Amino acid sequence: MKRYDLIVVGAGPSGLCAAIQAARYGLEVVVFDENARPGGQLFKQIHKFFGSKEHGAKLRGITIGENLLAEAAEAGVQVELNSVVMGIFPEKEVLVHREDRTEHYKADAIIVATGASENAVTFDGWTLPGVIGAGAAQMFMNLNGVRPGNKVLMLGTGNVGLVVSYQLLQAGCEVVALVDAGTRVGGYGVHASKLARTGVPFYTSHTIKKAEGEDHVTGVVIAEVDSHFQFIEGTEKHFDVDTICLAVGLSPQSQLLDMAGCDMAERGGRVPVSDETCATSEPGIFVAGDAAGIEEASSAMIEGRIAAVSAAEFLGFIDADNAAADRQEHYKALDRLRIGMFAPQNRGKVFTETEEGIPLSQSLLKRGYVTDEEVDSFGGVKHAEGWHAVVECTQNIPCNPCQDVCPRHCINVGSNITILPTINTEAKCSNCGKCVAFCPGQAIFLVNEDMGDGTAQITLPYEFLPLPEAGTKGKALDRSGKPVCEAEVVKVMNPKAFDHTALLTMSVPKEFVHQARFFKASAEALTA
Amino acid sequence: METTPTIRRLSAEPFKPEPDDDLIVCRCEEVTKGELRRAVHEGLYRFPEVRRFTRCAMGLCQGRTCTKLVKGILSRELGCTIEDLQNPHARSPQRPLQMQELGNERF
Repeated sequence: MKRYDLIVVGAGPSGLCAAIQAARYGLEVVVFDENARPGGQLFKQIHKFFGSKEHGAKLRGITIGENLLAEAAEAGVQVELNSVVMGIFPEKEVLVHREDRTEHYKADAIIVATGASENAVTFDGWTLPGVIGAGAAQMFMNLNGVRPGNKVLMLGTGNVGLVVSYQLLQAGCEVVALVDAGTRVGGYGVHASKLARTGVPFYTSHTIKKAEGEDHVTGVVIAEVDSHFQFIEGTEKHFDVDTICLAVGLSPQSQLLDMAGCDMAERGGRVPVSDETCATSEPGIFVAGDAAGIEEASSAMIEGRIAAVSAAEFLGFIDADNAAADRQEHYKALDRLRIGMFAPQNRGKVFTETEEGIPLSQSLLKRGYVTDEEVDSFGGVKHAEGWHAVVECTQNIPCNPCQDVCPRHCINVGSNITILPTINTEAKCSNCGKCVAFCPGQAIFLVNEDMGDGTAQITLPYEFLPLPEAGTKGKALDRSGKPVCEAEVVKVMNPKAFDHTALLTMSVPKEFVHQARFFKASAEALTA
Repeated sequence: METTPTIRRLSAEPFKPEPDDDLIVCRCEEVTKGELRRAVHEGLYRFPEVRRFTRCAMGLCQGRTCTKLVKGILSRELGCTIEDLQNPHARSPQRPLQMQELGNERF
């Protein structure tokens, strides 16, 4: 029987980080993962991450995943794929199913980083083919290059629902609506705004009544719900769709920890009781990432590293003082992420204003976009002569690439990275476009309010194909996705450094400069 | 864990049909909402009991999809919390596998 210092279960962001860190302390580590590819959910995440530099902000999830795999290889971590951990038995015996056999391994410490599974919701017709999880949609599109359907309705407006809806648009699907039984959009407002300005409608306080179809989904009926989540009669709305995508939360996959004898608790699903060092009630068994409670990839990665410090300490590879000091560094990084209105400790709390005391946009929370009137109350939105950045970032989330990338220091966030960006009017914008390209929320626009000929120009982030060329005519859409005026693309920039976020500059009549936030090519331009 | 008087009272009430009783809740074992509710009124209070009785959450996915849904239905039916329903202990094997693979052991 092969014996390892440490067995890590799960090669997602958390497990990989745990294994890398443990290998650096000198532990002999193996990682088992049931999938054919390592990286867990990271390789499905084609959007740019929030946070600051230390958290890998402005990098896409896939890039973070590739970096982790390279780090793992360099650290000498052994990753065993298509290897399903079937059970954890007394004295840390681990049973693994691989190909046509089961194999027994022994470990002196175990880190369980098995992640989460998607929640389901029942409605009439929910078992029809065409009703899929948001994770499945990502698997189709981002791992296998297959469009899951043509017309999709998304249930759930948490970050998963928002991000996956945007990816569906990028894959060429029509997203007919985003629906949420809650009264507010659950995820980041900036993710919602990216969708709203393309014209996708949001239906908060609505849920699915029925999926239609004989042997696959052909339509869906939604209806409004009251404060007790009961349908309000007469509010039904029908959409023709071939796909219904569910993004209604995640549950920790903690079964192996239960099996290993760890004390369990109910906290948004069954989770092991664990302390801040990632230790469970079973000595030598640690938990990290979503298996310990649902958060997101950036904190999962830090937790993996904390669990590795604790495992190394448990096995005597480092002494208690060094372990405490190393963990302290990771705690600080975690603390810098777990702040702002979406922090785990604020879940369920209803905020009415920002940390700065600015009223939150009610339209954003209900319909996914900030109104023309509301947007002016935020410090990132200033009217000025010449080219300047307009930062439509209106919720306190931990993120600061805008401040880091501006070479002229036009955008201030400060050391508390949940503070909303403000414009430094003293500094002169060079119109370089980095803020537009690197804002993970795609919430920054470069604007020239008056070109001197009755027009204004707006540079916006654009992540769709086909990329329009200069000279393409079409309509400018406002934040709600409504066409407001004629527009013409005057410039397109797509340098490698911007990592697939193209910058599209459009010309509009200058009276529409504060409304126009998206470009839609005319039907003639698209068929030409 | 104590069984509360509410749980005993609600369970002892006769089963009342509802329009969506045909709704499948556990896809793997095709267990309907009506079957789950009926189990409660036949005297089962706890998720592990209902699981063994109806086979819900015991199929291919081992309850990853339906556990939360089943617990929601049971807690509403019994007027109790999710914690009151208790949990079955997770056991090996965690994923379906063939007997010959289990038999083909390597140490």
